[in-house]
Amino acid sequence: MTRFVLGRALLLVVGLLLASVLIFATLRLLPGDVAQVIAGTEGTPAQVAGLREQLGLDRPLPVQYLDWIGGLLRGDLGTSLVTGTPVASEVLDKLAVTLPLAGLALVVGLVVGVPLGVVAALRHRRPSGVAVSAASQFVAAVPAVWMGMLLIGVLAVGLRLLPTQGFPVDGWADPARALRSLVLPALTIGLVEGAVLLRFTRSAAIGALREDHVVAGAARGLTLSRSLVRHGLPGVLLSVVSVLGLQIAGLLVGAVLVEQLFALPGVGRMLVADVGRRDLTKVQGELLALTGLVLVVGAVVDVVHRTLDPRLRERTP
Amino acid sequence: MTVLREVLRRPQGAFAAGWLALVVVAAVVSRWWTPQDPFRADPYSAWQGPSAAHPFGTDAIGRDVLSYVMAASGTTVLVAVASALVAVVLGVALGALGALTARWVREAVVVLVDVLVAFPTILVAMALAAVFGGSLGVVVVAVGIGYGVAVARVSRAELRRVATTDYVLAARASGVGTAGVLRRHVLPNAAPVLVVQVSLAMATSILAEAGLSFLGYGAPASVPSWGRLLSDLQPFVATHPGTVAWPGLAITLTVLAFNLLGDALRDAGDPRLRSRGTSRRGPGRDGARSGAAGSGAAGPGDARAGAAPTGGTAP
Repeated sequence: MTRFVLGRALLLVVGLLLASVLIFATLRLLPGDVAQVIAGTEGTPAQVAGLREQLGLDRPLPVQYLDWIGGLLRGDLGTSLVTGTPVASEVLDKLAVTLPLAGLALVVGLVVGVPLGVVAALRHRRPSGVAVSAASQFVAAVPAVWMGMLLIGVLAVGLRLLPTQGFPVDGWADPARALRSLVLPALTIGLVEGAVLLRFTRSAAIGALREDHVVAGAARGLTLSRSLVRHGLPGVLLSVVSVLGLQIAGLLVGAVLVEQLFALPGVGRMLVADVGRRDLTKVQGELLALTGLVLVVGAVVDVVHRTLDPRLRERTP
Repeated sequence: MTVLREVLRRPQGAFAAGWLALVVVAAVVSRWWTPQDPFRADPYSAWQGPSAAHPFGTDAIGRDVLSYVMAASGTTVLVAVASALVAVVLGVALGALGALTARWVREAVVVLVDVLVAFPTILVAMALAAVFGGSLGVVVVAVGIGYGVAVARVSRAELRRVATTDYVLAARASGVGTAGVLRRHVLPNAAPVLVVQVSLAMATSILAEAGLSFLGYGAPASVPSWGRLLSDLQPFVATHPGTVAWPGLAITLTVLAFNLLGDALRDAGDPRLRSRGTSRRGPGRDGARSGAAGSGAAGPGDARAGAAPTGGTAP
């Protein structure tokens, strides 16, 4: 077990390093250079040279990279090229919207996907089960943006239940109001991800229905569904946990699109705006924050899965 | 051709093939003809409901939605084919590096792929858009890289399986080089798995194109795109929710079709599920479907196929 955790931690560190190198290198592919972009077409060569020196762009690339990483370890991601504000504090600010959004969406996805997946498995030969399965195939293919528009149309405009867009200016000062503005976006992401989770749960549960211990439970007089819930469900839930890492990555990515649609001040929306402004230090910080989150969550899920699954525990040499 | 027949035999496969054929026909026809000019604005006929002249109605500036959706299908087909091509070339190259080379290269590739697979495609696209500005090229490259890594993972396992079979060993022993083995034996036998990946890569690319075009970093204004139409219609979703349904449905059905086609191809490539009347009893049917992430990993099916190379799977 310790060996597994250490190995996984090592892979995480390698992953984070690789991610930082790739992000840094990609953003330095820019034809021309950053200083020229900031100075604009009006900038004189002297201004451009001045900017370049001020931003440290005249130094060799490896030095710039190490400088960035060094700052990162001290919690400093540099300052915005456009507004001059520190990137790290702004990213943290926006995570206060993005993380609760992703968390809520995950809850929606699990609440919708897992129970319905089990039901769809129990009835997989009956019309109701086939209908649930077909509906989940369809919903899993719906683009998040359209799902959001449908929900706005039905729940916000049609029934006047929830705000259609925006987030309280004072953030979480009034938690109930803030939460209300996250409901529709979280439903948007959660329903689509829930459909994917439903499909995983369903196929895992159908597999479990054929397993000896579930069949044995039914033979001892339990109904097949009770036997599945009592004896098969732990295994089914474990296989759901094993795909959760990828699903959470999907949630964070969905947030980029959905924050834009619902005008939520999260990391995704900020990233979209900064890409438009070519604020490269901020884009660099935001990309690192998001990929870092995905990688860390993936590692944590792997370790949790390993701890929970007795079959994997025993096999460790 | 047996694969095609197997795909069409299943209702999901038949739906997928039918819908995709329709999209391709619409894409080709719209190069020369659409009911109306998809870009002609006519403010006097804004927001018309469905009618004979405008079967899908018109939008805020009076464009004919059907014509626009038709014209945009060309963009979708182009992006899907190009992305899948990049993904497969990149994925197979990486997979071959990870399966057939010296041990330290193989292990380095495995770590690289394990890390890269966690990179969300849309973030790759945003990084590229920050540098080069948004374009369909960025979408293609981003999906190509993002999905190429997934293809690499699957194809590595598959190539590794084929590479250790007796007939490859025999070919090597009789003096066929690595490139020859790859071309003559490995790729034809890995093809069924790759075809499934192509289908899923296309589904991913359509969602990515729609999302990025919605954000304004995909198709430029001069290129019709379903995602762009979604973003054009977004401000009016409260007053005209019906119009949004057309691009929304177009994207959903096409993604659905590629997903179902991928499933059908996977089932068709699995000899245990071939038409023997009782296809429902196949033990791997639903298990195979859950294997999006690791369908190429070792499983009972792979072990069987490895013992007896099936002649029928080679094209």
